[in-house]
Amino acid sequence: MALSAEDVARLAALARLDLTNAECAELAPELDVILTSVAAVGEVAGPDVPLMTHALPLVNVMRDDEVRPSLPREVVLAGAPDVEEGRFRVPQILSED
Amino acid sequence: MMTELMEFNEVLEHFDPALGLEVHVELSTASKMFCGCSTEFGAEPNTQVCPVCLGLPGALPVVNAKAVESAIRIGLALGCEIAPWGRFARKNYFYPDMTKNFQTSQYDEPIAFDGRVEVEVDGESYVIEIERAHMEEDAGKLTHVGATGRIHGADYSVIDYNRAGMPLIEIVTKPILGTGAKAPQVARAYVALLRDLMRALDVSDVRMEQGSLRCDANVSLAPKGSAELGTRTETKNVNSLRSIERAVTFEMRRQAAILAGGGRVLQETRHFHEGDGSTSPGRSKEEAQDYRYFAEPDLVPVAPSKEWIEELRASLPEPPAARRKRLAAAWEVDEKTMAAIVAAGALELIEATVAAGASPQSARKWWLSELARRANEAGVELEDLGVNPADVAATQELVDKGELTDKLARAVFDGIIAGEGSPTEVVERRGLRVVSDEGALGEAIDSVIAASPDVAEKVRGGKVQAVGALIGQVMKAMHGQADAARVRELLLERLGVG
Repeated sequence: MALSAEDVARLAALARLDLTNAECAELAPELDVILTSVAAVGEVAGPDVPLMTHALPLVNVMRDDEVRPSLPREVVLAGAPDVEEGRFRVPQILSED
Repeated sequence: MMTELMEFNEVLEHFDPALGLEVHVELSTASKMFCGCSTEFGAEPNTQVCPVCLGLPGALPVVNAKAVESAIRIGLALGCEIAPWGRFARKNYFYPDMTKNFQTSQYDEPIAFDGRVEVEVDGESYVIEIERAHMEEDAGKLTHVGATGRIHGADYSVIDYNRAGMPLIEIVTKPILGTGAKAPQVARAYVALLRDLMRALDVSDVRMEQGSLRCDANVSLAPKGSAELGTRTETKNVNSLRSIERAVTFEMRRQAAILAGGGRVLQETRHFHEGDGSTSPGRSKEEAQDYRYFAEPDLVPVAPSKEWIEELRASLPEPPAARRKRLAAAWEVDEKTMAAIVAAGALELIEATVAAGASPQSARKWWLSELARRANEAGVELEDLGVNPADVAATQELVDKGELTDKLARAVFDGIIAGEGSPTEVVERRGLRVVSDEGALGEAIDSVIAASPDVAEKVRGGKVQAVGALIGQVMKAMHGQADAARVRELLLERLGVG
């Protein structure tokens, strides 16, 4: 099933990307080519090839429950768009209603 | 705007409630779920964060082994199967409580699934099936700044990320059916059971007021006898046992009024208000959430070995139900009394009071009557009253030694609750010791006899029960600081009938 311009618009909205209708229409067939190419891998891999979600066949990589130093607060807040009393400050999230 | 409500009894005539409870338990590990930042409560904002929990580019998370161990032990204690292999997943969303724009969680491969627990309400047992228990991380804490202090109408928000990345276990039930009028109590009993269980496992502080145990309550109603479930609402972050009971009751009454009026219940999240026990709509969801879950590429799967699981199973503490049976036998109380103890949240408190040296009877007496009443009046849980088991045991010891009467002991508890210190400090400060100075007592007795010659004559004449009036006057003269039995003894002696 081909990817439609509406699909792209919905994905863009979810990813907070500001795309015009024209861009959605243009991107749909381009993304479709990529999806089709990736899907081809599924055809090559037979039932004897196990599902792979990681590049390495590792499990149980864990650390002991030990506290390590955190970043100094001024470093943490250096990347904040705005700061108030040691906290990140962000604009209004929801409007009045 | 007034919400229309149906009387609770009427709700049950027409509808069957269904519950679904989601409980988040914050684990008491020393460090966060995927990084080494401290989890200590109450630190200065943004002092317990690092590149991993801020999601800075290039930072790589590593799972906390202790958190996995706790998750498995919780799963086992809930009677769950433990997944031999499972991945973490990214739950994608845009909201400033996470800088990463996703929460690391588990999606279709939870570490524990298909469990069951039993709770008891009014002597009846209810089975609650557990759908799953999965590992995830907590989000940062938002504070909305503006006239209302709520997100609606706030001018802006400020964020502390210390909580971001703290390890959480989310425990989700299957729909709980057939509880009828007991639905609110079953919900409460289930959360109380989880709290007891987490405490027994020693995996969480389970301080509901600090948010280390939080409950989201899904409630729906179906017409009586209907096989289909109704539309549900989800009341978020209900943070005390009492609130859970109230929130479920409120939602049942609200939804019933809507349905009876021919309306439709909206599927939505709602907020609970402690003040009046009501709920109100939360964030509106014009479109269904789409979290676009996918397997977390930065974390490898967790695959606990059979040996590890069995080792952890062997380390599980005594299950709460078995423990109750054992304590009921040790304290010589019947099932009904035990149920009252559990319902009052007094089990641990009484156990600790007995461990501190009090007799089971006296420990039970104080916690279930005097202290339970005060907690009720103050609208707090018994354990949050400000009196600890050692205080109760120490106060009872003073009573046993004859230094306090029960009445004075009650004043001691007043002092402890008022923050005046330990029982002995309160006794000193308030001058509560029983007057054992027989001189002062004797004087009070003599003057009472002199002031009430008629009553005294009656007693001399053999109407011993009339002495009660005199005892009362002596106690009053002594400001209650005398042992009533001793007063009676002395009075009768003086009046020649001892």
